Amino acid sequence: MPPESDSASTAPAFARGFAFAWRSVFAYVLFGTFVGIGALGHDFGFSLPWMLLSTALIWAAPAQVILISALGTGAGAIEAAIAVALSGVRLLPMVVALLPMLRAEGTRTRDLVLPAHFTAISMWVESLRLLPSIPREHRIAFCNGLSVGLVLSAVVATAAGFYLAGTLPRVYAAALLFLTPLSFTVSVVRNSHVLVDRLAFAFGLVLAPILATLNVDLDLLWSGVVGGTLAYLIYRWRRAVR
Amino acid sequence: MSPAVMEISPYLVLIFVGFLPNEIWRLLGLVLARRLNEGAEVLVWVRAVATAILAGVIGKLIFFPAGALTSVPLAVRIGALAVGLLAFVVIRRSVFAGVAVGEAALIAGALLFSF
Repeated sequence: MPPESDSASTAPAFARGFAFAWRSVFAYVLFGTFVGIGALGHDFGFSLPWMLLSTALIWAAPAQVILISALGTGAGAIEAAIAVALSGVRLLPMVVALLPMLRAEGTRTRDLVLPAHFTAISMWVESLRLLPSIPREHRIAFCNGLSVGLVLSAVVATAAGFYLAGTLPRVYAAALLFLTPLSFTVSVVRNSHVLVDRLAFAFGLVLAPILATLNVDLDLLWSGVVGGTLAYLIYRWRRAVR
Repeated sequence: MSPAVMEISPYLVLIFVGFLPNEIWRLLGLVLARRLNEGAEVLVWVRAVATAILAGVIGKLIFFPAGALTSVPLAVRIGALAVGLLAFVVIRRSVFAGVAVGEAALIAGALLFSF
């Protein structure tokens, strides 16, 4: 495909994705969450440009919170890097599940680098929901547009939180921290139409706190592998019985 | 902030301690996904694992929260989550409604029981 027609067809798809970002609950949930992260960074003494860059580059709230609090409380670089890496394992199965939905005929691996970077829980949940209704050849541009919208919301919120730090009443700080678990739960319940997803969600929800209480190392990873595999086996068994 | 680490250069620390240890999983996913088609059976399992991990993140945030959320009792956190889900189901399956009502429930519960 010549580059002219390529850009002519991808620009509207990108714009459509960008517009969809503002109709997603996550544009607002991320805003609230990153107001909290911006305030946290300010309290630990990081500069505003550093905070903005870390939001855009890391683009994973748990990893960013771990990095800020680890460095802020004087942890070593290696120790902090390991903690960040452990929190990021969840991104691997998300990327593996998402990219085959984006690939069309003639898609090069380098076209998928940006969507892989943008993969985070919010973007993943919305992409899995929205992509089936998008023509295959427009999916990468749509996904990038959606992601840029969500990242923009997070970056602006990081700046807002940086300046609001210290002025936020504690009850609202608690409410901001509650946005992530609440919005993820409601969105996953909306999106889980098939048995295997519902089971996986229920197993993970129960297993992770149990494993964490038992002080099992890599509790999240184990609850994912065990819960997901159990859900998959039940799905296989049900399919075989039918 | 730890001067020992951050004095090297805060931006090098951002790249090597924050960005790369996280990004490595996305790049590994990019490599592993290269040979997979959308209909591949293994993707059902991969998606189940990803969903279970996501659920695990939620479970840990509810049972072991950080920051200001620790001063809200567990019963209020679970109750607000249930109220939010109920609002989602009742109010035309709107995620916005579920999140708004769940948040209102958390703030009300927090003001009543802890603040």
